Amino acid sequence: MTLWWIGDAVLLVVVLPVVVYLLHGVLSASRSIVPSVRGIAATAAAGSKDLDAAALLLTTQSQVEQTVAGVANYGGSLDVIIDDAE
Amino acid sequence: MVVLAIGPGTVTVVALLLIVLALVYYLVSTILALSAITSGLDEAIASVTEIVEKSAPVNDVVDSINGQLDAGVDLLEGLLVKKAGLVDAVGLVDGLYPGAAAAGFRNFPESTSIEAPRISEVYTKGTLTLARLGREAPIAAANPAGPVLRNVEGGSLAARLLYPSVRHTAPPELPRSPVIGTDAPVQYEQRDDIGAPRKRLPASRVGGG
Repeated sequence: MTLWWIGDAVLLVVVLPVVVYLLHGVLSASRSIVPSVRGIAATAAAGSKDLDAAALLLTTQSQVEQTVAGVANYGGSLDVIIDDAE
Repeated sequence: MVVLAIGPGTVTVVALLLIVLALVYYLVSTILALSAITSGLDEAIASVTEIVEKSAPVNDVVDSINGQLDAGVDLLEGLLVKKAGLVDAVGLVDGLYPGAAAAGFRNFPESTSIEAPRISEVYTKGTLTLARLGREAPIAAANPAGPVLRNVEGGSLAARLLYPSVRHTAPPELPRSPVIGTDAPVQYEQRDDIGAPRKRLPASRVGGG
């Protein structure tokens, strides 16, 4: 009977606080992750939105091709009308 | 009496019940937190997937643009060196972009060791353009072995003197503009007839024509 009482005391004084302490640590860690994950999600969404302009690179590519073609035409003309240095 | 009714078995049951309650509370709370984490990660993964999809063709497009620009740079560098010569080309570029001579031309590694001539300090851009485009430009008459034609600090006048124009060589002394106003050294009396009715000619002279 005495050992049983001692076991009850250990259960209430030692085991229960330890269980509560450990579970509280797990819960605190889990809750601390939530804001970070939300921040990551918001940042990823913003990054994805910033890349919406990436499609305009195709327009830039086309314009660069046209510009370089124009420069090549002008260069060819200048090559004809201007004497070489040597 | 009540205390005596509680045995060690009852205390054990109560203790276990408390432990189970604590487990339930904390585990349910943890599950809710993990659910929020999962939801957030799903959103993040979706956005990251969009980023991957949107940025996939960027490399090819940028490589193409860089290739086109490289071709343009090669063309312009080659043309400039061909027409002006390597030394003058370095001077021209350094004149337009001071300090660029140190970088030199990409396709002409030896251009980095060339001491850039001070073309921009000698000629204005317009003069230089004329000199490059036509043999009849005024600068062509100047002696390139002579002193620097353009004063950097007062370059405007020096540049204008390059052109054979009388418009820029005014007579040394021109009559000064008259001073007017109440403080003028020469005061003129006001004429009375200014603003008065005009005199009429005699009718006979008008009629006799």
